[in-house]
Amino acid sequence: MTVDGSGARVARRAGSAGAGGALELLDGPVTDTTLRRYLEGIPGVDAVGLEQRAAGLATRSLKTSSKAMALDRVIELIDLTTLEGADTPGRVRSLVAKAITPDPSDPTCPRVAAVCVYGDLAAVAVDALGPFHAPRARAAGTSGIAVAAVATAFPSGRASLAVKLADVADAVAAGADEIDMVIDRGAFLSGRYEQVFEEIRAVKEACRRPDGEDAHLKVILEVGELVTYDNARRASWLAVLAGADFIKTSTGKVASNATLPMTLLMLEVVRDWHRLTGEQVGVKPAGGIRTSKDAIRNLVTVAETAGEEWLRPSLFRIGASSLLNDVLLQRQKARTGHYSGADYVTID
Amino acid sequence: MTRLAVPKTYKLYIGGKFPRSESGRTYEITGAGGDFLANAAQASRKDARDAVVAARSALKGWSAATAYNRGQVLYRIAELLEGRRAQFVDELVRSEGLTERRAAAVIDTAIDRWVWFAGWADKFAQVLGNGNPVAGPYFNLSVPEPTGVVAVIAPQAGEGHSLTGFVSAVAPALVSGNTVVVVASRSAPLSAISLSEVLATSDVPPGVVNVLTGSPAEIAPWLASHADVNAIDLVGAGALDWVQLQIDAAETLKRVLQPEDGPGAPAPTLARISAFTETKTVWHTKGLL
Repeated sequence: MTVDGSGARVARRAGSAGAGGALELLDGPVTDTTLRRYLEGIPGVDAVGLEQRAAGLATRSLKTSSKAMALDRVIELIDLTTLEGADTPGRVRSLVAKAITPDPSDPTCPRVAAVCVYGDLAAVAVDALGPFHAPRARAAGTSGIAVAAVATAFPSGRASLAVKLADVADAVAAGADEIDMVIDRGAFLSGRYEQVFEEIRAVKEACRRPDGEDAHLKVILEVGELVTYDNARRASWLAVLAGADFIKTSTGKVASNATLPMTLLMLEVVRDWHRLTGEQVGVKPAGGIRTSKDAIRNLVTVAETAGEEWLRPSLFRIGASSLLNDVLLQRQKARTGHYSGADYVTID
Repeated sequence: MTRLAVPKTYKLYIGGKFPRSESGRTYEITGAGGDFLANAAQASRKDARDAVVAARSALKGWSAATAYNRGQVLYRIAELLEGRRAQFVDELVRSEGLTERRAAAVIDTAIDRWVWFAGWADKFAQVLGNGNPVAGPYFNLSVPEPTGVVAVIAPQAGEGHSLTGFVSAVAPALVSGNTVVVVASRSAPLSAISLSEVLATSDVPPGVVNVLTGSPAEIAPWLASHADVNAIDLVGAGALDWVQLQIDAAETLKRVLQPEDGPGAPAPTLARISAFTETKTVWHTKGLL
């Protein structure tokens, strides 16, 4: 589905082309009115069709060598996450150790894309990664592991803008390469689109580092609290318009998380955005993806919706913690020829 | 007026549910005279994998239940078996070709053995455990703990093997708090599946017993090499390449029981309970500070 068939309205994202946040929006300046006119003008989602399409993609079965490749790719796309109130520096260090060496019994095992922690622990993660931290690794010619920090009063997002921006600046200063922000669902649901838009833009500004590099911004929509597919699609467009580098399904802290139809819907938005503007925005399903099977279904959905070029860490991530162990068990099964067990991977 | 026969499809028992085989395969069960009895699911390695996952997730609750509680739950199964006596007699007559009298004797033995093992649940620890003498002001206690997930290749031949043999192989592993994945008799799986219907309606938590039907020769190697299985009872594997199975099991340091033949095998012994326990020894100071 292309939202805008006529192609007459061409939106330019905030901050893109270095225009200092200029936005040639739709039909006028960014206000609640223009945003509402645009977002609520987006046709409704065909929920039955969406779910059928997702269910159809989920029946795709990968075997042998393609499955082995898919499993490796899943690992390369994982944001290995720990977001508990009980997180300690020690726990973050062990998470980092696992990110660097997921399977000590198999040196061919790829590394994950990033570790995702709370902002106050970002410095610990950077320190623990050492030479494997993405900026240092890039300087040495390898890809490395990024540090993603959740910010903006994660997971509720209920704080004043000043507090949220301080939260972001803090995490960026601590060395976070990626910021996972939450949108203000209350504002979105009560129709204050401009507030949400401006918040994302302000956070994007706060992601700038003095050295000129930007921390990548992932915008968490928390689709479980947006309730409907229509809302999720509007929120996706809103986040993309406001300059998100990634749109992310959920925090993992509410009952309903990343379902396959929801991921499919968001992938359709970034695909349409790419057709409209040529810009590539990433998607990150998070929460509830625990098995290799689920993860591979996500890969299939990405390849079939946005295209295979999206299957790289800069455009697709899976936020997960227990998924990695399941993938490792599958890899061990493929390597040894017999089923493996939880005693053969690290506890997390 | 003649009625259309309604033959029963016997399914697997995994995690408290009765699924068909993931592979979709079935095979025909024939009676002693070669007549068609029923279709049974022919389990694949993936069904075995799912069963191990179910057994693993049930282990925590079952092994943490008090010994008294486990005894009560196991005894309850004997009560339910008694109530279903007629069905089991009928199945034994049809599938093993026994006379009604012999079949009744078989189910008596099965129930008696079940009660016998249920009684051990809160007693075996006294017999197998110990307070050890040590040269110091300490209590030094050895207590048996369950090994974990136990795979069982149930007896495949002999009078009453499909019920008595099955019960005598499964019950002792359950007593100490292990969970079980059992491959039933290939030729006569009816009693095993009917027993799992009893288990499903008793107080046994889902996943504690998982029953697979099909070819032991096909499934046993996967269970023997499975890294998440802690022990394997090869009691009914006499006709298989059980030496190779032992070698596979050794790769992941499993406890192994060897094949056992003969009428009434395996014999009910305390050794079958102790075979699937690990001894934990703890030191504890005697003095009150």
